[in-house]
Amino acid sequence: MRTTKQRETEPSLEVATWRRRHILDLDDFAREEIELVLETTDAMKEVLSREIKKVPTLRGKTLVTMFYEPSTRTRVSFEQAAKSLSADIINLSASGSSVEKGESLIDTARTLQALGADAIVMRHYHAGAPYLIAQHIEVNVINGGDGCHAHPTQGLLDLYTIREHLGTVEGVRMVIIGDITHSRVARSNIWGLSKMGAQVVLSAPPTLLPVGLDASAFPPIAVEQNLDRALEGADVIMPLRLQLERQKQGLLPSIREYIQRYQLDAKRLAKAKPGALVLHPGPMNEGVEITPEVAQGAQSVIEEQVTNGVAVRMALLYLLMGGAQ
Amino acid sequence: MRQLLIVGGRIIDPSQGIDMVGDLFIAEGSIARVGRNKEATPSEPCPVLHAKGMVVCPGFIDLHSHLREPGFEEKETIATGTLAAARGGFTTVCCMPNTQPPIDSEAAVEFIQSKADAEGAVRVLPIGCITKGRRGEEMVEMGELAEAGVIALSDDGNPVRDSRLMRYALEYSRLFDLFIIDHCEDTSLSEGGMMNEGWVSTRLGLKGIPAAAEDTMVARDIALAELTGGRVHIAHVSTAGSVDLIRRAKDKGIAVTAEVTPHHLTMTDERVMGYGWENKKASPLPLSCYDTNAKVNPPLRTERDLQALVEALKEGVIDAIATDHAPHTDVDKMCEFDLAAFGISGLETALATVFALVHRGEIDLMTLLSKLTFEPAKILRKSEMGTLKVGAAGDVTIFDLDAEWIVDPSAFASKGKNTPLAGCLLKGKVMATIYGGDISYRDDAMKLETARREVKSKT
Repeated sequence: MRTTKQRETEPSLEVATWRRRHILDLDDFAREEIELVLETTDAMKEVLSREIKKVPTLRGKTLVTMFYEPSTRTRVSFEQAAKSLSADIINLSASGSSVEKGESLIDTARTLQALGADAIVMRHYHAGAPYLIAQHIEVNVINGGDGCHAHPTQGLLDLYTIREHLGTVEGVRMVIIGDITHSRVARSNIWGLSKMGAQVVLSAPPTLLPVGLDASAFPPIAVEQNLDRALEGADVIMPLRLQLERQKQGLLPSIREYIQRYQLDAKRLAKAKPGALVLHPGPMNEGVEITPEVAQGAQSVIEEQVTNGVAVRMALLYLLMGGAQ
Repeated sequence: MRQLLIVGGRIIDPSQGIDMVGDLFIAEGSIARVGRNKEATPSEPCPVLHAKGMVVCPGFIDLHSHLREPGFEEKETIATGTLAAARGGFTTVCCMPNTQPPIDSEAAVEFIQSKADAEGAVRVLPIGCITKGRRGEEMVEMGELAEAGVIALSDDGNPVRDSRLMRYALEYSRLFDLFIIDHCEDTSLSEGGMMNEGWVSTRLGLKGIPAAAEDTMVARDIALAELTGGRVHIAHVSTAGSVDLIRRAKDKGIAVTAEVTPHHLTMTDERVMGYGWENKKASPLPLSCYDTNAKVNPPLRTERDLQALVEALKEGVIDAIATDHAPHTDVDKMCEFDLAAFGISGLETALATVFALVHRGEIDLMTLLSKLTFEPAKILRKSEMGTLKVGAAGDVTIFDLDAEWIVDPSAFASKGKNTPLAGCLLKGKVMATIYGGDISYRDDAMKLETARREVKSKT
């Protein structure tokens, strides 16, 4: 147990091994690095459990969030994380800023750097946007989700939630269901889970599965289009949000048929291991990819994911911005 | 008298099957003599270029360039684009009509011609639109354009979607013996696509353009060429599927020709991963990934496609190498991958890029040079170009097959610095370009004697 004195100041952690400047995806994380993040998250959860959920660690540091795409949980989660570490936070959205006047992404990022940002969290509807700014500015860049490419902080909070409940990620069978093609969450989870020794199984109709999964794009992944078979022996299940416009795009004959074959309901959940965890990256389309019964059921850890998200992001901000001192 | 003597070079002329060391004499803008042992040396003193250890061949012909003028002068002008062509060894460039306004009228053709006459470093042959305004609705007045001097028709970048319109265009074009260049892309399959559809696009989360988007249009155009007897030329072939279709069409005797770009012959979609990406199973992306300079349409494809394209070039299934030189500004490229313009500035790196195939032993030099000279001239039906026959245009390219250089886009003559080859070491360098008997480009290392005195032609 920590002493009271320690508790009032900062979580004490070994950050000497952390040399990372940006968090763009989990593909360049070593297993030890992920473990460090998860351990740091433990300490941050402890901070969040205190009566006064605040430590002065990042006092005087400024975090800017650049959200070009709507977001509730990721943006608020980062804001909450920054505030709990006493960092200043500035929220920038595309509307109402010089972005609307046609300013380029690189110029906007340079301006924020010149205004004193120490780190930038960016959510962007175009894949690769965080890589673009990371090439042109010195401050830390955190990818808060870029197009269909990556969402590394979501991947880390999913890992944390699984580890918290199952004790380990090693050897876990995780089934991800639905629109893999358009999912940055699926991509980052494939990296994170594979690095930690889990087996990832993807289950979706062929029109929602991207090409080239069997080549050198990703670590080995299993694909089982039949959901009932995919769920056998599953430890963790994550249905992805099904955007209703996928039907209009011709990828699905109807939402009805999708529900019949891919909705996670109680009957299907029963095919997984007893007590298997149900995750969802949100926002949910309840009644489409998941039934309300399962979403709010005993096996659901969806709300915990959100809570853990704050702690994971605190850990990342601490390691990135405080670790160098 | 305007004269130029090129001495001691390895003269290669695919049109005549010549490969010998000798001299080449150009007088009054035309090839006057070619020969060994000073056979070609004139009796009077004249300017001399020393080409010992270099290759001397007909000036290159580019069937597919974007010179951007009028309308997009910030990207390129006829002056800068033709200078880039000269530096790349090209003496003739066919310019695409996707300008603003598009080249769909006599006035527009005349504008290009007068600009080229006044400012061009090399010959410019304009390509007219197939349809008015490149809108894909109504045919242009082909007669007017043919008389004005267009050498082909194309709605490049905007494939003609309406098959019936394409049929009529191919039929009607026969009246003027114009050929039609089609950018083959089924836009319903490629819509929103940013790069080749494959494991790289999946990894990067970018929307892909499947090879089938090209193949289906190539198949349609071949069927229409067969139906109409019109001549169709497939622009920038990028897929193994297209190669198969063109091969079969040629076997059947259908009037189809095809070109391939240097970039599709030498680079794959992995180039979008940027520098520093190790081609290892599941290795992390480098910071420089999403390289917009590798964003081009049709997209860079796979190793399998690349091999099929090289094979097709050797076999003659693909007739010509064309650059699809597509210059853009930094603003067009320094942005999110999805928002970046498609295109590669290719004129100044074309030669060295395709020479990699020669250096690797994948194609012989004579065949490769025919794809840049004689073969495109055949497609254009210009017997006075792409050859060193006596009386032909005095268009000559001199290059050093083994000279190495590092690509520095800031040194390009083109306004378009957009190349995925920046910083790359290339082998093969243009040393001089002679257009119509005049030197339009000369490397600093290339010596020019203004008047040679010690000529002993009678020895």
